[in-house]
Amino acid sequence: MSGDTDRDAAVRGAVGDDGLEDVEHFRARARAWAEENLAPLDPTALEVSFRAGLTEEEELAAVAHDRAVQRKLYDAGFAGICVPREYGGQGLTPAHQRALNDALAGFEFPIRLQSPTFAPCLAVLLDFGTEEQKRRHVPAILRGEELWMQLLSEPSGGSDVAAALTTAVRDGEQWILNGSKIWTTGAWWSDWGLCLARTNWDVPKHRGLTVFMLPLRQPGVEIHRIEMLNGSKEFCQEFLTDVVVPDSDRLGEVDDGWTVGTRWMFHERMLYNSPLVTFPVGNSFHASGPSLAGVARAVGRADDPHVQELVGEARMLDIVGERLQERIGTGIRQGLISDQAAAIARLFKGVVSSRVRTIAFDIAGAAGGAWLAEDGAAAERGTEFLVRQTGSIGGGTTEMARNVISERLLGMPRERALDRDVPFRDVPRGAAGRRGQGVATITGGGSPAQPAGPGAAREEGTSP
Amino acid sequence: MLLRRTPDQEFLRETTARYLDDAVPAHELRRLRDDPAGFDAAYWRQGAELGWTSLLVPEDRGGGSVSGSGLVDATLLAYELGWHAAPGPFVDCNVVAAALGAADGGHDEVIKSLISGESVAAWCMAEGHPGGQLPEGIELEVHLEPGGVVLRGVKRPVESAAQASHLLVTGRLTTDRARQGLTQVLVPAATAGVELQPMRSVDLTRRFWAVRFRDVRLPLDAVVGEPGAATEAVTRQLHQAIALSTAESVGAMQRAFDMTVAWAFDRYSFGRPLASYQALKHRFADMKTWLEASHAVADAAAAAVDAGTSEAAELASAAKAYVGEYGTELVQDCVQLHGGIGVTFEHDLHLFVRRVTLGRVLFGTPSDHRRRLAAILEREELVS
Repeated sequence: MSGDTDRDAAVRGAVGDDGLEDVEHFRARARAWAEENLAPLDPTALEVSFRAGLTEEEELAAVAHDRAVQRKLYDAGFAGICVPREYGGQGLTPAHQRALNDALAGFEFPIRLQSPTFAPCLAVLLDFGTEEQKRRHVPAILRGEELWMQLLSEPSGGSDVAAALTTAVRDGEQWILNGSKIWTTGAWWSDWGLCLARTNWDVPKHRGLTVFMLPLRQPGVEIHRIEMLNGSKEFCQEFLTDVVVPDSDRLGEVDDGWTVGTRWMFHERMLYNSPLVTFPVGNSFHASGPSLAGVARAVGRADDPHVQELVGEARMLDIVGERLQERIGTGIRQGLISDQAAAIARLFKGVVSSRVRTIAFDIAGAAGGAWLAEDGAAAERGTEFLVRQTGSIGGGTTEMARNVISERLLGMPRERALDRDVPFRDVPRGAAGRRGQGVATITGGGSPAQPAGPGAAREEGTSP
Repeated sequence: MLLRRTPDQEFLRETTARYLDDAVPAHELRRLRDDPAGFDAAYWRQGAELGWTSLLVPEDRGGGSVSGSGLVDATLLAYELGWHAAPGPFVDCNVVAAALGAADGGHDEVIKSLISGESVAAWCMAEGHPGGQLPEGIELEVHLEPGGVVLRGVKRPVESAAQASHLLVTGRLTTDRARQGLTQVLVPAATAGVELQPMRSVDLTRRFWAVRFRDVRLPLDAVVGEPGAATEAVTRQLHQAIALSTAESVGAMQRAFDMTVAWAFDRYSFGRPLASYQALKHRFADMKTWLEASHAVADAAAAAVDAGTSEAAELASAAKAYVGEYGTELVQDCVQLHGGIGVTFEHDLHLFVRRVTLGRVLFGTPSDHRRRLAAILEREELVS
């Protein structure tokens, strides 16, 4: 790769005893490179990437641009900071990744590649991929050529991920997959999926799962975009019909998918704390909407002491959230606290995202209910309020996080479950699971609407 | 409290923890309820020998940190004091010692006696009128006259004012109509015109006074730093006080939480431990989250204030606002989960509920600090 020699020249003389480039040197080099090569961050980019507002063409163009920015980072030696060099990464440390996040503050970055492509998908590949699988996919991911999705949640169950109904049946050296997955972000413009499927119905649920990798653009994979109540079509549902996956694209052992799944969900909870993710500092922790002080100014309430308190409260929650993420991320990496502590950061983030949207709606006042374009930052605060709970649902509900915290961290008795030590075939299932056997659409395809479970929620890291 | 501590920091913390285990068990705290000072002089001297009052003073003036970050070290002690609901004017003594140590020379004897624990000092910053709990609202008058200063005004609450040998008084020059700068004066407690009125407080052992300065005359060398130029020093003192006070609250929160978790395992209702009810488990999860968030932001604030980074003001206010608000929520939830026993004097829980409750309102309320955060944000956005 062309950037390699440039980089080797650039870091010469700044290498420490550990053979790695000095972090401060790296930070300065990254900053100088960003100033030369990257455009400033469009302040609306983060917001738009998380809600409605782009046409299909605009979104595809944005995806293509994200790929191009990722390729630039790769060519310059700033992609895959913590990925081993043999797979196209830089073989550096989380401290270097944090320095990169500092250095890229205020600049564009490949927003759509961070989650789920780099974390959890790339992280899972690095943990469980064979040498051949890693050499095939990791460099392509780092070059921005492969965008990945997680085919994890199913319409029949949100939090109870291990109750997957999507089935893989072995046929010689290949597997035939049938079923449905849901709550995949941007699957319609993605390339590959990591898929949790049931390979054995005669053992308890955690022991009959296997993970596969599959290209999303192939016959038998049908992708539907789901319209959310705010008009966003960010999420998709996939229907897998006799999809053929070669055994060489199996990740981990047969029927041992929960071992993979547990790490998978761990990496998902790490989110922006993952050392594989690039998230420049200065971008809002809750990544939703304009500054609240801006909303207050837009409605002429910046001098209202009550509004100032609300703005201050949101800022406080933002600051505390960042520091909590940092404490927990560092604690987990250094082995000082349990991996399960990630649920604390998750719960905090969910509760705060709801609170901050409520605050924005409150400040906007009547303009939160009906607005003109000229209401500026106050516009759309009501729409954001309508989807207030998404931050407490997606990626594992806050209720599941509360279970993890009380049971795994505080050691309190587990909730009673009727699916332990029972062959999965015999586990009681509700109407949605029985009727569709995993191919129900969220509205039941003509039958009465059937709730599909609360979004991409997760049973966090349960061991069999 | 920091998840990772150096061996020296851990030794410092551990020594104080063991000392407090012996010196101030719950029955001793109950005894001190009726003690006019709230603590024994010998208890304080022994604490001082463990480093309680030297960490924020520069080495060349008789102090010194164990890690290079004196304030961070001191928060480990503050945490233990909170965890034990221990008595003593820890925050004030450290803030005053730091202020005198940071000023150019002078007051060496006072610094020495604070470090040895022979005497204690009080920082007279807050005032009783609206807005008077933070430096920008200070009204106490400092009048410059030939060869000296005259102080007029009332400060409240002032901790351990009757025990203090010296009062560090923050005020404004009478000539400073534009409110441009604060002035600090070190007042020996025995000076004529200093009048004390005892206050009642929510804490069992910490005592507060309203202090009236009735034409208190002092020579010019009693001024700490330059007259009218102390705003920066006062801001730093406030941030140090917040870092120590929030660390103390986090210690008390941790203790109350741990007691309540243990209670949930021990207490049975309908044949099951409380810890087995999901409705209660989820409340414990919320409390654990508030607790960890409080640890995180308090530690971050201490580190930023110690290093004097540009984030110090924001982090100090975020810590004070968050720990104030969620700390009191947490301890009241601990009371709720204990049931009736949680509101008795006999049970130990109230010792920590009191400590966190007091911490919420000293050095600015959550509401004060939320508005400060909004003001900082507004300034930043106008600049950018």
